[in-house]
Amino acid sequence: MAETASLTLFVNGEEHALELDTRTSLLDLLREHLGLTGAKKGCDHGQCGACTVLIDGRRANACLAFAVAHDGAKITTIEGLANGELHPLQSAFVAHDALQCGYCTPGQICSAVGMLAEVAMGWPSHVTADVAAEPELDRSEIRERMSGNICRCGAYPNIVSAIEEVSG
Amino acid sequence: MSVAVRPLGSPLERIEGHDKVLGAARYAYEHAPDGVAYAVIVPAAIAKGVVGSIDAAEALAVPGVLGVLTAQNAQELADASGELAVLQSPRVAYRGQIVAAAIADSLETARHAAHVVRVVYEVAPHDVELRAGHPGLYKPDKVNPNFATDTEEGDVEAALGSAEVTVDATYTTPAQHNNPMEPHATIAAWEGGGLQLHDSTQGAWGVVSAVAKVFGLDPDKVRVISPHVGGGFGSKGTPRPHVVLAAMCARHVGRPVKLAVTRQQMFTLTGYRTPTIQRLQLGADGAGRLRAIAHDVIEQTSTVQEFAEQTALATRMMYAAPARRTTHRLVALDLPTPSWMRAPGECPGMFALESALDELAVACGVDPIELRVKNEPQVDPESGHPFSTRNLIACLREGAERFGWDDRPEPAARRDGRWMVGMGVASSTYPARRAASTAHASAAADGTYTFRITAADIGTGARTVLTQIAADALDVPMDRVRVEIGDSESGQAMIAGGSMGTSSWGTAVVEACRRLRAGETEVHVDTADGARAAAAEPLAKHSFGAQFVEVRVDADTGEVRVPRALGVFACGRILNPLTARSQFVGGMTMGISMALFEETILDPALGAYVNRDLAMYHVPTNADIGEIDIGWVDEHDPHVSPMGSKGIGEIGIVGTAAAVANAVYNATGLRVRDLPITPARLIGRI
Repeated sequence: MAETASLTLFVNGEEHALELDTRTSLLDLLREHLGLTGAKKGCDHGQCGACTVLIDGRRANACLAFAVAHDGAKITTIEGLANGELHPLQSAFVAHDALQCGYCTPGQICSAVGMLAEVAMGWPSHVTADVAAEPELDRSEIRERMSGNICRCGAYPNIVSAIEEVSG
Repeated sequence: MSVAVRPLGSPLERIEGHDKVLGAARYAYEHAPDGVAYAVIVPAAIAKGVVGSIDAAEALAVPGVLGVLTAQNAQELADASGELAVLQSPRVAYRGQIVAAAIADSLETARHAAHVVRVVYEVAPHDVELRAGHPGLYKPDKVNPNFATDTEEGDVEAALGSAEVTVDATYTTPAQHNNPMEPHATIAAWEGGGLQLHDSTQGAWGVVSAVAKVFGLDPDKVRVISPHVGGGFGSKGTPRPHVVLAAMCARHVGRPVKLAVTRQQMFTLTGYRTPTIQRLQLGADGAGRLRAIAHDVIEQTSTVQEFAEQTALATRMMYAAPARRTTHRLVALDLPTPSWMRAPGECPGMFALESALDELAVACGVDPIELRVKNEPQVDPESGHPFSTRNLIACLREGAERFGWDDRPEPAARRDGRWMVGMGVASSTYPARRAASTAHASAAADGTYTFRITAADIGTGARTVLTQIAADALDVPMDRVRVEIGDSESGQAMIAGGSMGTSSWGTAVVEACRRLRAGETEVHVDTADGARAAAAEPLAKHSFGAQFVEVRVDADTGEVRVPRALGVFACGRILNPLTARSQFVGGMTMGISMALFEETILDPALGAYVNRDLAMYHVPTNADIGEIDIGWVDEHDPHVSPMGSKGIGEIGIVGTAAAVANAVYNATGLRVRDLPITPARLIGRI
């Protein structure tokens, strides 16, 4: 039976005071309640990454997050990245044709934003040779770190090139 | 006026690229009509039998639930058969078939209600395993879409019996699921006796035709809108049962209804590639010249409707051999109906044929490229017609140079630490056709032009390339042309399928431009006559390509990696090198995936495909795909389209899996004839 809860979220800088069915995922909140359909539902099980958003600056699968568990959080979606002009990653994705159908694209871009922040913080990955050193973001590192976001159209080499251009 | 750089042939960015990277492009489910309700499917929990009774009382008592639709209260459809006869009978033909739907004012409530619909079944024994020797095997009347089931020329058995060198091998490919990133979704709204659908489809006009028939409506009363589609790969080429269900639910509750198929449900409701069992027999002289080819295919369909994949089709035209036979046999199983998945027929069939060619090359001691050159036909072996263009050898030669084929090691001869390294090659092909399409075009006083055509952009770049075609034909800059697609109000048009979209729609656009340049300001064109004439030309029209792959096989774990691959294609004129390259890369990526990862696994006891999500059904992630290089040979084929182009959407997947398997042989000396090439198929044999 449905229960509701009150919470406040800051989505792309805008405050939302919400009264929500507690079963509502962050993804369904964005898509069905706030009209922010940029985050996509590809699997609803945290397996494809199409719903990736930034929660307090960290990339996360919005489909695996209950909205009520994030009271007070700052959420950034694909709609919040551009600031009058395209975010550099958005421009690079267009220029490198790093998309085809475009359905995974918002998740890829949000994931890349989060990933670049992780690298800036010095986080190693599975393919980092020396985990104590500052990570060098080569193509192999980008591939590994972007593997939580599936692209069925197969734009991977172009996605790597787009991110490489922005990070380089 | 003229422009410095002609738009056609230029690597222009996607017109909707900004909308897509901004999250502003709206896909089917992303509309919010007033009063919209949510429907959730209740799938059958048995593989075969009948629904004895359904108790929806608990579901209906949930606050916010608007209705539960079952076979007991569903409307009788006017003319529905096969998979679209939704809720018309209590019969269950496969596990996961739609037996009910719950409709509520929120998604959360509808999902809960669907879970508490109590369905009681009368279970019957099921038959789900495809195997050679199945007593139900039969010869279908034709194979998809309308090809002869069997062909035979010459005395194949005699030629095989007298051949100096023979290959006789059986190859299998598993069931595979398309899995576009956007799950199939529909928003249905009835208004004034008409039906409007926001639908994720490869062809809005096809949905109109099918849905109008199902509901007994005049096609004028149905409108389908789909400006952005999140991939399809064939699975959205025809409307699936959820489209009908969404419209039934909307009528039942008297409100617009949105319905998305879940990722898990996509494994039962949206089509898949049939598993195949393919026996290839090749007979050749000692130098590798083919004397006989026999390709005998066993595959499955359902008890709901027939789908007969044309798996041996490419074998009819690829190589010259005086004696040739192809056959297809089907068995109808208690499973969902297979359907189109990227290059149906050519994709699984060329895995077998191109693997067998590699085996023949080894048996004859001939280089695999030279073997193909030796067997290049002068005319189409099946029809005797000349090819409109056939540049397979040019692709093989250019690819060999570019890939460094001369550096190919002897089998099982090259090691790099624990990695065994090898190279493989295979040919690609795909038919090059076009179909009838209509288009509207108008010229405005300010020098701008608007085209309306029911094309679909499923990621191909259709909107962009049609704008290029129009700007080029009108000799005006791109920004003077607006092309509106994805709305059935624009009339009949070919679907985005069969690699025929651009050829079909582009021909209509070119014809419209010709009339605009002649002075008309409002034109409506229909290319039906021209498409018929083109199909009747005594020419064999196909695209060709050559696929090169390097593999590294971990000698300890059997893991196969593909660090680099190259595809060189002959697909007529390339209209947009940027988006064309992406399509080729995408096709090859799916081919590598077919070779190494994809397999929908059947549980015979449950009577169901069980790995029904993206955690268990493996598609490649970024880390699985290495560098993919693409090239093409200069070609211009006016017989296929006035642009000189052929189709490019499917050929990229054709032959890739064979190139990988052939490279695995070169690396390890082990022939893997059953896909996918998982570590389990290699470990213990290395």
